[in-house]
Amino acid sequence: MIKTDALIIGAGPTGLFTAHQIKLIGLDCEIVDNLDKVGGQCIELYPDKPIYDIPAVPECTGEELTKNLIDQLKPFDIKFHLSERVEEVKKDNVNWIVKTNNGKIFSTPNVIIAGGVGSFEPRKFSAKECEKFENKSVFYSVKDKKIFEGKTVAIFGGGDSALDWAVELSKNSKVNLIHRREEFRGAQATVNKMHALAKEGKINLFTKYQMTSVHGNGQLESIDIKNDNDEVKNIKADYALGFFGLIMQLGPIANWGLNLDKKTIEVDTEKFETNQKGIYAVGDICTYPGKLKLILSGFHEGALAARACFKLARPNEKYRFEFTTTSSNLLKRLGKKE
Amino acid sequence: MAKITYITSDAKVHEIEVQNGLTVMEGAIQNNIPGIDADCGGGMACATCHVYVQDDWYDKLSAKEDGEEDMLDMAFEPKKNSRLSCQLIVSDELDGLVVNIPSKQS
Repeated sequence: MIKTDALIIGAGPTGLFTAHQIKLIGLDCEIVDNLDKVGGQCIELYPDKPIYDIPAVPECTGEELTKNLIDQLKPFDIKFHLSERVEEVKKDNVNWIVKTNNGKIFSTPNVIIAGGVGSFEPRKFSAKECEKFENKSVFYSVKDKKIFEGKTVAIFGGGDSALDWAVELSKNSKVNLIHRREEFRGAQATVNKMHALAKEGKINLFTKYQMTSVHGNGQLESIDIKNDNDEVKNIKADYALGFFGLIMQLGPIANWGLNLDKKTIEVDTEKFETNQKGIYAVGDICTYPGKLKLILSGFHEGALAARACFKLARPNEKYRFEFTTTSSNLLKRLGKKE
Repeated sequence: MAKITYITSDAKVHEIEVQNGLTVMEGAIQNNIPGIDADCGGGMACATCHVYVQDDWYDKLSAKEDGEEDMLDMAFEPKKNSRLSCQLIVSDELDGLVVNIPSKQS
């Protein structure tokens, strides 16, 4: 069991700055995120898109913003738990006991949910029957490419993941690449390579087609694909791989006894606390009258929630407000003073 | 103002007067029309405000910007008449627009 003053769920911009504020006021914290990297939506949805409304930063991309936030955390020692999804939050006398899908357990007086719109999960095929084959012959990521050797694989999608795997697996498997239109959005070099392999007959390319259903008994056998003119083709396949990016799902958060409004969590505007004492929500996931889904709002909400954490983490101490420009305590924590 | 008709996947018809300048997505969200999630809030980054535009309207709409078709690749059951409703800005010209909302956004 990991003990900490505050556990932050979500390593997007709001979670990162909240961690900064918690460490600055002398508490410790750990961060859990379902993605395998830090940055949240900024990294997953718009790493290259410029953002123009971060105060005092005229223009920066999602990736640059994330990098700057990580740099700002450098003075502090913060433990990240990536590729971990929080499944359960339960009260044990005083503390919250938080469990992840990989069995990590935290005990903390403060849980700060900075979860955006929930956790990122792969988008799945719309054909209902795919569920039966999931993780057996239908996959949304590749963990062990050896299983595809000598087999027939149907790859769906038009981005870099679909193209990279089509090129890679064509070395040792029979690859069908299926995409809903002729244009691919992946890197041009990979698109060219894929077309060259298609010309050589190493990849069977089906454009303007989408999956309609899958067939098989226990193991996938074939897939029906349909084009815009409703022509259906049945292609043999031992495996299907779908690469349609990620979608955000509220997921287990809905089961933690919090007051929700649609997919957001209701909080007060003093501490950004939910209806459960010691559980806060900040950033896009929280709602209150006048809420703006802006990164700058998340920063403000995190700063206030951090101060609220102090009271529960250090019940016998008094929190005193200080400025980084003048406080020797803060400057010591920032590594600027011995 | 434009009257926008949203038809949900259960064939329920929702006729809404939407103010000029809002997007078709915002018109749905502000009026609690089910079936449009708009997770990213209108940033053309999530494909969860996907709608099917009725055929006679499709050609009258502003052309897709770079990136919208890429996002539609990820939408749930995209078709030829698919659009992201966050990219459709309401004006008098859109009065009478009819969109169908897919059964799911993901």
